[in-house]
Amino acid sequence: MKVDKKEIEILELLEKNGRMDVHTIAQMVELSPEEVEQAIQKFEDQQIIHGYSTLIDWTEVLGYEGVTAMIDVKVTPVRGKGFNDVAERIYRFPEVKAVYLMSGAYDLSVSVEGKTMSQVARFVSEKLSTLDTVISTTTHFILKKYKHDGIIFGEDDNNDRRMPVSP
Amino acid sequence: MSSDTSRFIAEHVDSLKPSGIRRFFDLASTMENVISLGVGEPDFVTPWNVIEASYHSLEQGYTAYTANAGLLELRQLIAEYLQSAYAVPYRAEDQVIVTVGASQAIDIALRAILNPGDEVIIVEPCFVAYASAVTLAGGVPVSVGTQAANEFKLQPEELMNSITKRTKAIILCNPNNPTGTMLSREELLPIANLIQEHDLLVLSDEIYAELSYDDGYVSFASLPEMYERTILISGFSKSFAMTGWRLGYAAGPAALIQAMTKIHQYTIMCAPTMAQYGAVEALRSGSASVEQMKKSYRQRRNFVMTAFEDMGLMTNRPGGAFYIFPSIKETGLSSEEFAEALLIEEKVAVVPGSVFGESGEGYIRCSYATSMKQLTEAMKRIKRFVERRLI
Ligand SMILES: Cc1ncc(COP(=O)(O)O)c(C=O)c1O
Repeated sequence: MKVDKKEIEILELLEKNGRMDVHTIAQMVELSPEEVEQAIQKFEDQQIIHGYSTLIDWTEVLGYEGVTAMIDVKVTPVRGKGFNDVAERIYRFPEVKAVYLMSGAYDLSVSVEGKTMSQVARFVSEKLSTLDTVISTTTHFILKKYKHDGIIFGEDDNNDRRMPVSP
Repeated sequence: MSSDTSRFIAEHVDSLKPSGIRRFFDLASTMENVISLGVGEPDFVTPWNVIEASYHSLEQGYTAYTANAGLLELRQLIAEYLQSAYAVPYRAEDQVIVTVGASQAIDIALRAILNPGDEVIIVEPCFVAYASAVTLAGGVPVSVGTQAANEFKLQPEELMNSITKRTKAIILCNPNNPTGTMLSREELLPIANLIQEHDLLVLSDEIYAELSYDDGYVSFASLPEMYERTILISGFSKSFAMTGWRLGYAAGPAALIQAMTKIHQYTIMCAPTMAQYGAVEALRSGSASVEQMKKSYRQRRNFVMTAFEDMGLMTNRPGGAFYIFPSIKETGLSSEEFAEALLIEEKVAVVPGSVFGESGEGYIRCSYATSMKQLTEAMKRIKRFVERRLI
């Protein structure tokens, strides 16, 4: 779908803050609220906008448990089938949060979330590595998130170090 | 013996008025949880690659003085930049000097050209330092006002009326602090004609040039016959969010830049070395971050402009910089009264327009270099304040 400059600005603003209201966006990009509304509707219809999610630093939520692992998966390319079929068999699992086809030393990068390390380990050994086209898996547990989707975790938004009035 | 040591102070220094900005700073500093639209600098932190390059220069041990005029490499990059962005050719060797902020470039330019009593025309409302810098250099500042009715654009007739036999130079700032007004080529040409006719020099403060929202920014030096009459002043403070680095530059006719370099050499030696290495990186790879910041300023300008219109405060459309200069005349308050009451009642700091010269009275300067969250809240508060005053 072809989008113009202002539409790209709308997308950028929403990507940074999915809760920004239509009126504010309209003012910022110099369109009417109706035009912005229409553009957003179009993006949703055309699946340019797939949804609105919230970036949460769960480590700050007391009592919440969870671990994430990034798994490098090597697969046997099957004649006439390509990678898409294997990828689909993997991404359908609810534990799987992301799947990417990669260039380089392995084929698929799979991000898996679970409550505990052993739960993730069980998923990998019982579900993932037993798929018939999977040759090998290498599991990396994420110990700490510093930056995710362009957002630096733990950075204070109100850290304006400027003087209140300056020339 | 008198214990009043102020008797030692030179008369021309003693005569300087304390900046109105300073007074407002003192007032705002005493209060907590103030949303400040009074800040004349970017809300971004310097792009990381610039900071990193400066670290790297320190790690490499580049901690000594540089050439007086600045690192040749940096001057070359500045010259290349001015050529490609504004089509003005300067030789790095003798036509560019790296200074401690645009502030120092203005200071040494004035000191290099003024004889005692020479007049310098200043277009108000303007950056607070111009008049005092002229006085400190032994000159006499002569103000020309601009009006909202003309979008705060300098009118050639008014300029003409203020030129005397003693006029030596004029300071132009485009886009302007505090109004955000940007002059186009068509608007600059008649001014250039007058300058030619009266044999004047121009200090063209182009520190906000990269932050101009409308296409076709014209550098004064690129106008016909103006190259030999212009000292182009700019820097890294605003466009690269580097105010604290204290780095600027001037470019112009070799004789003038060399005279400025003499003063610079005996008073400053050179601009800070690590800042110069940061600036090298800024010019090499910084244009993407400048574009990004500019886009964000433009969106915020659009937002505050509509917000002021909604609350019934007349405003010009800023073509550049990150200031908006709405009229507060409807409230019947002076700009000082307005700013002070707004600060006390709603905890929003803006700068009274009168600080920028007589023609700024009746207006306030709001900087929109602040997060959308803060801007949204500030506009809500100002609206509430204005509604109370309009009854
Ligand atoms: C118009 C203008 N010129 C010059 C300066 C000073 O810039 P620098 O930080 O480079 O000294 C400012 C800063 O507010 C300004 O607004």
